[in-house]
Amino acid sequence: MSTYTPATSGADARRAVLSTSGRSREQTPQSVLFMILLWLSLLIGFVTLAVLLIDTFADGLTRLDGRLFTGYPSSRAEEAGARPAILGSLWVIGTTAVLAVPLGVAAAVHLEEFADRKRWWNRLIEINISNLSAVPAIIYGMLALGTLALVGVQQKNIVIGGAIALAMLILPVIIISTREAVRAVPRELRDGSLAVGATPLQTTWRITLPAAMPGIATGTILGLSRALGEAAPLLLLGGLVFLRFDPNGLLSQFTTMPIQIFSWTAQPQAEFHTLAAGASMLLMGLVLLMNGAAIYIRNRYQKRW
Amino acid sequence: MSSVSSAPTGRAVAPGRSVGPPSGPASGASFGTFPAGPPRSSDLRGRRRPGELIARGLLAGAAMLSVVITAGIVIALLVPALTFFEQVPIFEFLTGTRWTPRFADASYGVLPLITATAWTALVALAVAVPCGLGSAIYLSEYAPERLRRILKPILELLAGVPTVVFGYFALLWFTPFLQDLGIEVGPFSLLSAGMVMGVMIIPTIASVSEDAMSAVPNALRQGSAALGANRMQTSLRVVFPAAFSGVVAAVVLGISRAVGETMIVTIAGGQMVQMVSNPLQQGATMTTFIANAALGDSRVGSLEYNTLFVVGLLLFLLTLVVNLIAIELVRRFRQEY
Repeated sequence: MSTYTPATSGADARRAVLSTSGRSREQTPQSVLFMILLWLSLLIGFVTLAVLLIDTFADGLTRLDGRLFTGYPSSRAEEAGARPAILGSLWVIGTTAVLAVPLGVAAAVHLEEFADRKRWWNRLIEINISNLSAVPAIIYGMLALGTLALVGVQQKNIVIGGAIALAMLILPVIIISTREAVRAVPRELRDGSLAVGATPLQTTWRITLPAAMPGIATGTILGLSRALGEAAPLLLLGGLVFLRFDPNGLLSQFTTMPIQIFSWTAQPQAEFHTLAAGASMLLMGLVLLMNGAAIYIRNRYQKRW
Repeated sequence: MSSVSSAPTGRAVAPGRSVGPPSGPASGASFGTFPAGPPRSSDLRGRRRPGELIARGLLAGAAMLSVVITAGIVIALLVPALTFFEQVPIFEFLTGTRWTPRFADASYGVLPLITATAWTALVALAVAVPCGLGSAIYLSEYAPERLRRILKPILELLAGVPTVVFGYFALLWFTPFLQDLGIEVGPFSLLSAGMVMGVMIIPTIASVSEDAMSAVPNALRQGSAALGANRMQTSLRVVFPAAFSGVVAAVVLGISRAVGETMIVTIAGGQMVQMVSNPLQQGATMTTFIANAALGDSRVGSLEYNTLFVVGLLLFLLTLVVNLIAIELVRRFRQEY
């Protein structure tokens, strides 16, 4: 038997290499114990996810009904619904996408395609983005608060304010994933385009970006799903309000699903907890769907050049 | 002028238009749009394009926006904080053990908030670091490719669960579960909030450190195996040290997430501001205080309102320092393959 198997894919190759060294040494008590510990550590995450899903499902199933979609918040749990929160989430996330996606992609294209790495300001931008990605979400709420005060808006709980906070929150996510996607497009594609007379910008727009599309889409969807589930920055903007009307524009007051869930969880009565579980199922359904779509796009469309 | 003979196809190519592949090396003279006359010599820069320059300026502007955001954060936090420190000495703020901004005899010692934050972060890391690293080693070194392709997305789904749902879970399922186990926690406890937060952070630590371990070249594993090491020894003594900088980066990222997480601790960790000496107690972390203060009705510009930004500034600086330490550690331990 050959002692070396050409490395095709990570773990398989490692197994092939290591299996030639015989079974016995893999089965010392220590190494069996080690493997059990590894399984356990993986299991803790999976079991928690399963329990969380099952528990929320069992609690909330009775209230995942029509009233949740059509009802307005109420002090009586049996009448309450999350209609303004659902619409508010759609408004805020839609606006967030309009703000964050073009800016994020543009910034990534600049850094990856046009920026001169030797210039200090481009290095500053890079370090800065990696720092921004670790800033706690709640800080972005304060920044949005400051921005609104600077513009002179008195009402802080407005759709555009929430969207600004969330857009700044997910900007680093979009920039980092777009850069990775653009970097993965091979040099030859760009050279070919330039050779037939396209300008650098035309090359970026018609060749590089389309080729990087699956990666950009994945990053964007993941970022938006994070924004959809985020409550902390919106709390600072006074998102915890009792709304009995639908949000209808960028300057409209709003509340979102995560905040509605937070408010119901904080109530002492068990009926509201059921309601919170029902709304959680809806929110998780949406978020997991977006995550699933992102993972699917990545696995299905991402080319290996 | 190029020495290559002119291509037979003399078709006009509009400048900047990408048409099909050229049928041969086209020399300058064959471009119909340029006037005949002195050859274009070796100047291949093409003509100036104002639109192109403007567009590139806009792209650079979008990138600069990230710097503007950071500057905005610093200004938005620093201005109210400075007003605050005009009235409260910074020493008293950092070393005081009573935090009662709403009382008549208001006291602004931030230590109670810091102890609560430190305990939750500690509990969270005690869960997340071993589980995250264990998961990473399993996925990178043990799992066959097919199993890995199933397990990794599931782990990523765990990262996608909204934090408010984790908070709900911590308060209404996990805390009662701890009580059933005989652990003496009240309805709110930093232990419960911290442990659930730890599970939330597992995917972050696992995926960053798994990337680092997967980047370790196979030659190292082969060398280790050739010397007679088994997979456990190879994982722990060869792969783990080689991926150390990535592992450190993963843990540090976990720390900054634990310190900055808001919803879980606000829902399940309790609201009572007190010096926390063990995680079975309840307590208000820095983020809990910010969330609650924002929900309150303090007047804009008042001292009480400014406390929100002071605590925010402290939180921002903490995560910044942690991050810079991570960047420095990664730089120091990096090994290029």
